[in-house]
Amino acid sequence: MKFSAKAVILASAWTLSAGLAQAQTSITVGSQLEPPHLDPTSAAAGAIDNVVYSNIFEGLTRFMADGSVVAGLAESWEISDDGLTYTFKLHDGVTFHDGTGMDAEDVKFSLDRARAEDSTNAQKPLFAGITDVTVIDPLTVQVTLSEPNGNFLFNMAWGDAVIVAPESIETITSNPIGTGAFKFADWVQGDRIEIVRNDDYWGTPAKLESATFKFINDPTAAFGAMMAEDIDAFIGFPAPENLPQFEADPRFTVLVGSTEGETILAINNKMPPMDNILVRQAITHAIDRQAIIDGAMFGYGTPIGTHFAPHNPAYVDLTGNSEYDPEKSKALLAEAGLADGFTTTLKLPPPSYARRGGEIIAAQLRAVGIETEITNLEWAQWLEEAFRGKDFGMTIVSHTEPMDIGIYGNPDYYFQYGTEEFQAIMTELNSTTDPDARNALMADAQRNISENYVNGYLFQLAALGVAKANVVGIWTNQPTQAIDLTAVYWAE
Amino acid sequence: MRWNRNLVLGAVLTGLFVVGALISFVWTPSDHTVLDIAGKLKRPGDGNLLGTDHFGRDILTMIMVGARTSIAVALVAVGIGMLAGVPLGLTAAARHGGWLDEVIMRGNDLIFAFPSLVIAILITAVFGASAVNAIIAIGIFNIPVFARLTRSGALSLWGREFIMAARVAGKGAARISAEHILPNIANLLIVQGTIQFSLGILAEAGLSYVGLGAQPPTPSWGRMLADAQTLVSIAPHLALIPGLAIILTVLGLNLMGDGLRDLLDPRLRERSV
Amino acid sequence: MFRYALRRLSSLIISLAVASLVIFLVVEVAPGDPASYMLGINAQPDTVAALRAELGLDVPRYQRYFDWVSGLMRLDFGTSYTYRTPVAEMISDRMRVSLPLAVYALTLSTLIAFPAGIYAASRRGKAGDTAVIGLSQLGVAVPNFWFAMMMVLVFAINLRWFSAGGFPGWEKGFWGGMKALTLPAISLALPQAAILARVMRSSLLDMLDEDFMRTARAKGLSRRHALWKHGVRNALIPVLTILGLQFSFLLAGGIIIEQVFFLPGLGRLVFQSISQRDLIVVESVVMLLVFAVICVNFLVDLAYAAVDPRLRTRT
Repeated sequence: MKFSAKAVILASAWTLSAGLAQAQTSITVGSQLEPPHLDPTSAAAGAIDNVVYSNIFEGLTRFMADGSVVAGLAESWEISDDGLTYTFKLHDGVTFHDGTGMDAEDVKFSLDRARAEDSTNAQKPLFAGITDVTVIDPLTVQVTLSEPNGNFLFNMAWGDAVIVAPESIETITSNPIGTGAFKFADWVQGDRIEIVRNDDYWGTPAKLESATFKFINDPTAAFGAMMAEDIDAFIGFPAPENLPQFEADPRFTVLVGSTEGETILAINNKMPPMDNILVRQAITHAIDRQAIIDGAMFGYGTPIGTHFAPHNPAYVDLTGNSEYDPEKSKALLAEAGLADGFTTTLKLPPPSYARRGGEIIAAQLRAVGIETEITNLEWAQWLEEAFRGKDFGMTIVSHTEPMDIGIYGNPDYYFQYGTEEFQAIMTELNSTTDPDARNALMADAQRNISENYVNGYLFQLAALGVAKANVVGIWTNQPTQAIDLTAVYWAE
Repeated sequence: MRWNRNLVLGAVLTGLFVVGALISFVWTPSDHTVLDIAGKLKRPGDGNLLGTDHFGRDILTMIMVGARTSIAVALVAVGIGMLAGVPLGLTAAARHGGWLDEVIMRGNDLIFAFPSLVIAILITAVFGASAVNAIIAIGIFNIPVFARLTRSGALSLWGREFIMAARVAGKGAARISAEHILPNIANLLIVQGTIQFSLGILAEAGLSYVGLGAQPPTPSWGRMLADAQTLVSIAPHLALIPGLAIILTVLGLNLMGDGLRDLLDPRLRERSV
Repeated sequence: MFRYALRRLSSLIISLAVASLVIFLVVEVAPGDPASYMLGINAQPDTVAALRAELGLDVPRYQRYFDWVSGLMRLDFGTSYTYRTPVAEMISDRMRVSLPLAVYALTLSTLIAFPAGIYAASRRGKAGDTAVIGLSQLGVAVPNFWFAMMMVLVFAINLRWFSAGGFPGWEKGFWGGMKALTLPAISLALPQAAILARVMRSSLLDMLDEDFMRTARAKGLSRRHALWKHGVRNALIPVLTILGLQFSFLLAGGIIIEQVFFLPGLGRLVFQSISQRDLIVVESVVMLLVFAVICVNFLVDLAYAAVDPRLRTRT
């Protein structure tokens, strides 16, 4: 929650003078990516969650703006002593937008659908531990796990775990029917999605009567649309270089928060010469994080030294393990027998942090003798070549899933680390419930990957947004992909 | 003597960029592979003649080295078009009315029918974005241009007396095409080559603007424009300078093409007056 | 004439068949799988396989090709992988932007080019002529996307007369839609107008040398009057040919401009579908564009042959 002080002062001045304006009951929110369809339970696209999470669909639990997990459609729950059985008590009187009631049968349907053999849920591992879902009565549902899972309630808060109805599942991709405070109204493909207030909402009703999501992929068009006040807010603003202009303009507030995105220079740990820890260490010492944050993100972003979000209480600052030191880097390369440097590939997916960051990193690596051949890839190509095919030397990507350090335990994950030592830490973590002990284990995990120089850890991706100065209630941080408008309103 | 003015002006403009590109092989104001984030977005004149870009690179250097990319891509693409198109056109003309003529011309129509930019994007999606693939994508669409021009130029010659004489002398179609037809349509080809060259510069700029041309750190004018896109409101010179470079080069080539046509083809001289 | 038309028709069908095969092959070899794209980096291999089966991607390639082509013949373009909606519906949605944009741009370029070309021809060799030639030289040399960027900077960001991009949709009013298309249409029209003005001017000058124009002049009509009365009408034939070609170019060629102005048109649909590996959409749209161009060429050829019987013997 880091507002620019200047913007806040100017903003409040504007709010005062704007008192004459009519009370507004609708909002147009810009967002970069258009969802491919509107079923959050059958695709990974964050753009789907942006529109439907909390607004249209709700789960048993939900994320709040600060990242905490609270009750959603489940009013309360009981956990058995062995940690294997969760009994959820559902809110009474909840209806889907088509008028049908939401009950335990719908919960069973949703969870069973997500974990089924032919499920197309993009986050299927979230449901992997579920062995059984039983309807006790219309408002009580019991979920049985195969082993205790300290993250289960957290998992149920994801957009991929929202409750859907069997009656409307056939058309969910084009006409999503959920239980949220807004109803889907219209989708003009290539341009916008409109939602309207659900007057039969079971909880606190939305303050706005309607809202429009406008999809503007191009950073210049986003800048222009905001400046022209065609839109009232833009979440996930794609061009950090333009934010100072918004800060200087009393009509707008700039929202700078944090995402769950650890932006890393992923290194192929199985590809020579990067299979040598000395070489990986040399790479990390050649990188000047601040230059990357300044050059690629125009100053927005927090340096990280491991794969963990700095706003998490368990975070350990390990940037010292890989401080910028080109001389040390050259010495390490010489020690590894590569005094003349080497050449490898750098494959970059589309986001500007990767494309710009890649150019900067290539120049920094060149300074210590490491030549990189840059290839810019579309996401589909990147997934096939780099991620699945593991045909890359280095790549830059932001891992936006919350709490995802566990990926380092999988030796087959694209950067191919997964040592037994690390796996042991993870196994112990999963069976530990004491918070202090858990924090200590998470710190061990962070140190393990930092000290083994698995990847180059660059920065935590900032959540950047712009809004009209009198829009209140927009999330500053992005604990999950969501543009939750249920509490947004216009200040008088 | 207006053609002269076109030719001279065009040659000067084009020459400016060609010379800049050539000089860049031996000397540039600074090194375009070294970034200086702290010195980014400098205005023209502020230590650097044309200012610096978002990574603190000298823009004059980028323009000079970028000229290399533009010129090389466009030139090779024209080469591909000529090398493949001219023989095809000559063959079609020699076999006028035959099935080979039909196949070649329908093939040309087919290539023409494809939306060139979409196909270029597809080619780069399949084989990856690179200068080489940009060349291929642009070059393919140059083939039918030269094939058609060559065929129509050659057809107008086939009925002429000196060709008849060569046929009577027992020369084969291939030999006649090479010895008598080609030299007589060379002028046409040079003029068209200049025009395709300028179109190639524009096409390369368009492709690298959408990220499908030469890859970083190789500078290219189109990518400079793409990089400048979000910065135009803060640093307009980032978009203005590469834009002007493209315009002036294309303008120079077109003027040169007009001038050459007037010079080489006196029949047309009167028209452009 | 009938035999000629028949022969042209058969070569048209062969062209279309070849085109469909080429498009299918090129699109299908592109690396990247739509199912993995949609499911992202945390997806399990079996989940991806399940989605591939659901999308019908697990059948052999040749089978998909025949399904696609036979679908096309029944005007069934298939269902988009990523959007899960009929491709025909998506295309017709996008046409509602691209078609008006192309018509708008073509109208603008005609409105600029015709008077400019006629004026230049009537002032042959004088300052006005030189000015038109110079401007058209400049117009041809300006990359349209760069011109578009500059217009956004001036008219959208600084003056705020127009919005910087996007399209409100026709249901929000005709003028709103036209306003959103104005800057894009101008950017598209400028280079087209430059080319068209040159063609107009030179074909008018050709006309001036024709016998009937000499006759008209001899009858005492002034140069300008003669040009207007007889020249313009006759010069229109080459000009209309260029216009026809430009139209199909504009339909597909707006791709970069649609990108700059963020218009939900056909060009951007292709661009987006390529990056999402929504293969069936790419194939169908490209096929449609090729079909349009081949048909326009066919009609132009027929029209010419009808006008000039000598052309029928030439293939």
